Amino acid sequence: MDGEIAALPAERGPSAQAVTLTINGEPRPLRIEPRVSLLDALREHLGLTGSKKGCDQGTCGACTVWVDGRRALACLTLAVTCEGHEVTTIEGLSAGGELHPMQAAFIDKDAFQCGYCTPGQIMSAVALLDEGHAADDGQIREWMSGNICRCAAYPNIRAAIRAVRDAAGGE
Amino acid sequence: MIPAPFSYRRAGSVAEALDLCTEYGEDAKFLAGGHSLLPLMKLRLAMPEVLIDLGPVRELSYVREEDGHIAIGALTRHHDLEHSEMLARVLPLLAHAAGQVGDPQVRHRGTIGGSLAHSDPASDLPATVLALDATLVARGPAGSREIAAADFFQGLFETELEPDELLTEIRVPVPAAGAAGWSFQKFTKRAIDWAIVGVAVQGSAVALVNMAGTPVRAAGVEAALAGGATPAEAAAHAAEGTSPADDINASPAYREHLARVLVERALLEAQSV
Repeated sequence: MDGEIAALPAERGPSAQAVTLTINGEPRPLRIEPRVSLLDALREHLGLTGSKKGCDQGTCGACTVWVDGRRALACLTLAVTCEGHEVTTIEGLSAGGELHPMQAAFIDKDAFQCGYCTPGQIMSAVALLDEGHAADDGQIREWMSGNICRCAAYPNIRAAIRAVRDAAGGE
Repeated sequence: MIPAPFSYRRAGSVAEALDLCTEYGEDAKFLAGGHSLLPLMKLRLAMPEVLIDLGPVRELSYVREEDGHIAIGALTRHHDLEHSEMLARVLPLLAHAAGQVGDPQVRHRGTIGGSLAHSDPASDLPATVLALDATLVARGPAGSREIAAADFFQGLFETELEPDELLTEIRVPVPAAGAAGWSFQKFTKRAIDWAIVGVAVQGSAVALVNMAGTPVRAAGVEAALAGGATPAEAAAHAAEGTSPADDINASPAYREHLARVLVERALLEAQSV
């Protein structure tokens, strides 16, 4: 990956130029200025509107995606800095029309009301289990603290996370 | 919420970053995690013409045990400090404080050097390195120089760094055996907020978050402790010499009260470590 980054153009902008991002495993060419956030690149340029724009200043978590497997805020990440890195969005979670177990659990446990924060919640929730930060409700609360739900669906969000955790543990 | 236009330059190494900085001078800003700079750029409070991306400069991401001190690369992310087994063992205050920054998403991107160079007195790490008597290493065209943490923070968003210098390393002395007690206390409304007031304690060193335009040592508390005061007696001096802000979150009087309460809690916790 480092070799790939070293091979990228070292200078861009301020006008729009060709940039290729790897989104959900696919190369996605686009023409953007350096000032375009990853969130705007996804939503406005690539039509991937699953990642939501809540505060656009890094406090609400609605835009949470993964960059190289780590959850990150797409609103505070410049798209051009993601060249050579793997970006995963909520659209990349389901495979072959099958919902990811966490998506299914959110539906089963009614883990949302308006649904606007839900893609970010789910991206954090899946990462939370991978990180091993879901041992108990206290841990889940702390490690989900970057994702705000103004409908306060928190108890059901925790129930969905517990359900996926326990199902995985039972395999 | 879109930044003003800028050119983007990707630096692959410290040397390349410094060359680019010399080339563009004060028109350029370094981009590390971007979680402090990009919000300012979106509000157009910062409008650099050139952003020098330090993302690929992985040579500045490390935590190393050296002779009597711990050396931390400036581009080490909060997440990596928080999960460093060595820091947890030798400098638990820093590992813990790094784990209190923002939220998990922020800690995956933000870097210690970015946080220090941004010099926001409400941030957790500036006061933490002040309590730890850290030395900051800056590299510029003329070479490297060391700056004591006590001299580094000059004011709100202002540091001792010259425009053509890059913060490269943070050196933290390993606390003496008698100064192993530590605590980090922070009061926020929501987990992700900046501290309304915070306190970092290492041994008998006490530094305050968000009680002035820079992080400050609580000199009155430290003097009282040196004179044999109890934590409660010493904490009564917590607001002396501070100049807390009056803003939407709190009045100065409220912050002064919080400082006294949090310092007492911190001193008691540090005693019990």
